[in-house]
Amino acid sequence: MRILVGVKNVIDYAVKIRVNPSKTAVVKDGVPHIINPFCDNALQSCVDLKASKTIKEITVLTVGPKSSQTALRTALAKGADKAIHVEVDEAGAAKLEPLHVARALAAIVKRDKYDGVFLGKQAIDDDCNQVGQLLAGMLNWPQATFANKIDAKDGGFTVVREIDGGLETIQVKSPAVITADLRLNTPKYATLPNIMKAKKKPLETIKPADISLDLVSQTETLEVNEPPTRKGGEFVADVDELVAKLKEKGIFA
Amino acid sequence: MQSSRQLFKTVLGQRFNSTLVIAEHNDKVLAKITLNAITAANKLGSDVSVLIAGSNSKAIAAEVAKVTGVKKVIVAEDAKLEHQLPEAVADVVVAAQNQFKFSSILAGSSSFSKGLIPRVGGILNASPISDVTEIHSADTFSRPIYAGNAIAKVKSTASVKLMTIRGSAFEAAAATGGAGAIEDSAAVDIKDHGSTFVSQEIVKSDRPELASAKYVVSGGRALKSAEKFELMYKFADSIGAGIGASRAAVDAGFCPNDLQVGQTGKIVAPDLYIAVGISGAIQHVAGMKDSKIIVAINKDKEAPIFQIADFGLVADLFDAVPELMKKVGK
Repeated sequence: MRILVGVKNVIDYAVKIRVNPSKTAVVKDGVPHIINPFCDNALQSCVDLKASKTIKEITVLTVGPKSSQTALRTALAKGADKAIHVEVDEAGAAKLEPLHVARALAAIVKRDKYDGVFLGKQAIDDDCNQVGQLLAGMLNWPQATFANKIDAKDGGFTVVREIDGGLETIQVKSPAVITADLRLNTPKYATLPNIMKAKKKPLETIKPADISLDLVSQTETLEVNEPPTRKGGEFVADVDELVAKLKEKGIFA
Repeated sequence: MQSSRQLFKTVLGQRFNSTLVIAEHNDKVLAKITLNAITAANKLGSDVSVLIAGSNSKAIAAEVAKVTGVKKVIVAEDAKLEHQLPEAVADVVVAAQNQFKFSSILAGSSSFSKGLIPRVGGILNASPISDVTEIHSADTFSRPIYAGNAIAKVKSTASVKLMTIRGSAFEAAAATGGAGAIEDSAAVDIKDHGSTFVSQEIVKSDRPELASAKYVVSGGRALKSAEKFELMYKFADSIGAGIGASRAAVDAGFCPNDLQVGQTGKIVAPDLYIAVGISGAIQHVAGMKDSKIIVAINKDKEAPIFQIADFGLVADLFDAVPELMKKVGK
C-alpha cells in the first residue's frame, strides 16, 4: 500500500500563546513550532505498518508557507519516504481553512493514486477536527476517525475508535481516510543519522495553481481576543474551611 | 445608511432562515447535547427542524417533537442507519439539504457530530465551523482556538453554515412545551461506502454523564494507580458527580480514555469542578476552565491549577478526599 500522510507545522503545545496587538491573530514569529502531535501519531502508525510490510511507501504532505517545510523534514527523518510541499505565502497561509487543505490532499490523491490518507484528528492551533472528514466526504471514501488502534486486514483496515462513552470498532475498505487519536501510539524521536539522511530524500514543492487549488475564503476571521481571565482564588486551610466556603456559594448547602 | 435593497435582502434573509439540527441518539435515548444544539439553532433563525436518522427512531421523534422551539421533525428510518456510521448519515443529511435548502445545519459537538458534520461539508463544498461557543448573528460566531487560549470571532460566507456547537455554552432547550410536526424524510438511497460496524464497548455506569453533570470530580497522575483511582469513583458517587480525569491519569492506565477532560477530550462546565491531584496543564485547563466554581486539591502549592481555582487546598489527596466525603457525601 502507498499512504499519504498530512502533517501540519504548529506552535509548540508548551508555549503560552499571545494575541497580537491588532487582535487579528496570535503571535507566531519567533515562537517555536513543532509537528502537530496528532500528525506525529498518524505518521508513526504508518512507520509501524511499513515495518510490518503492510505499507510500502509513505508520502507526507503539508500546505503552508516556506517555514512549514521543517515539519516535512522532520517527518522524513521519522521514516517518510518523500514529501510534497504545497507552498502558499504567509498572507495566504493565515487564511487557510481545513476545506482548502482537504482539497489539496484530494488533488494529490487523484494525481498520485494512494491507497489511503492518514491524518491527525485535529490540529492543536485551530482545534478544528475537520480535514480528514472533509477529505473523506470529497473523495467519497470511508472514514475512520479518532483511531486508537489500526490493523491492516483484507486489503483494508480494522480500526478501534475513541468515542464518547467508550470504544467502537469498524472496518473500512481501502482506500480510506484514517485520523489518529493520541493513544494510537507513542511517536519516536528522529535520530541524528536519520535527520542527516532525510536531507537527501525527495521534497517536491508545488504551487496551488499547479493542482488548480481553489483557496477562496469561506470563513473570515473578524477578530481574535484573549479569553476572559479567571479571577485568582484563595487557599483554604483545611477541609472544614473548604466545605464552609462551598456552602456559602450554595454548594452542598 | 443601508440602502433599501440591502435592507430588503436582510429582511428576506431573516425571514427565510431555516436551521436543521442533527439529533444524536442510539435509537433508545436522545443524547442531551441535542437539546443544547436546539437552543443554539433557535438563536439563528425562526424555523428549526430536527433530523433523526436511525433504524428505529419513531419514539425518539415523538420525544423531540415536544421540545420547545422545534417546528418540524424529519425522520429517516433505514436498517442501514442502525449504527449511524457517518457515511450513511451524511447521505441522509445531504438529501435533506437538497430538498429543503437549510441556511444552517448544526449538531452538538460530540464524537458523533465531529465525524459527521465535516463529512457533509466535504460533500457540499462548505467550510464548517467547529465548537461554536457564541452566536452573534446567522453568519457570525465565536469559537475557541489554541486550547481555549484565544477566542476567534468569525464570519462565514459558506453556502450553508455547518456547525458543531459546544454543549456547555448553550442552555438545554425545555424537553416539553413544543409541538413540532413529524414527517418522514424523502427516500434516500444509502450507498455502501466501504465501512462496516464491528462492535462497540460502552462503559456502563449510573453516574451522571460527564459532559452534562452538575458536579464533576476529576483525578490526575497523583492518584498513582488504577486501584487507588477507585477512590475517585467512590468520591463521585458519594456526591452524585460525574467523573473525569487528566490525560496523565488516562495515559498511565488509571481509567478509560473517555474520562479525559481537556482540549482533546471532553469539555465540561459544571457548577462545581473538583480537580484532585491534577497539576493544571494548558491542555487540561482548556476542558474545564468555564466551570462555575473550581476546587483544587494538590500537595504542590506551586501547581498551576491553583492559579485558576476559586478554592485551593494544599493537602495529600488520600487524606483530604475521604474527609471531604465524610463531611458532604451521602
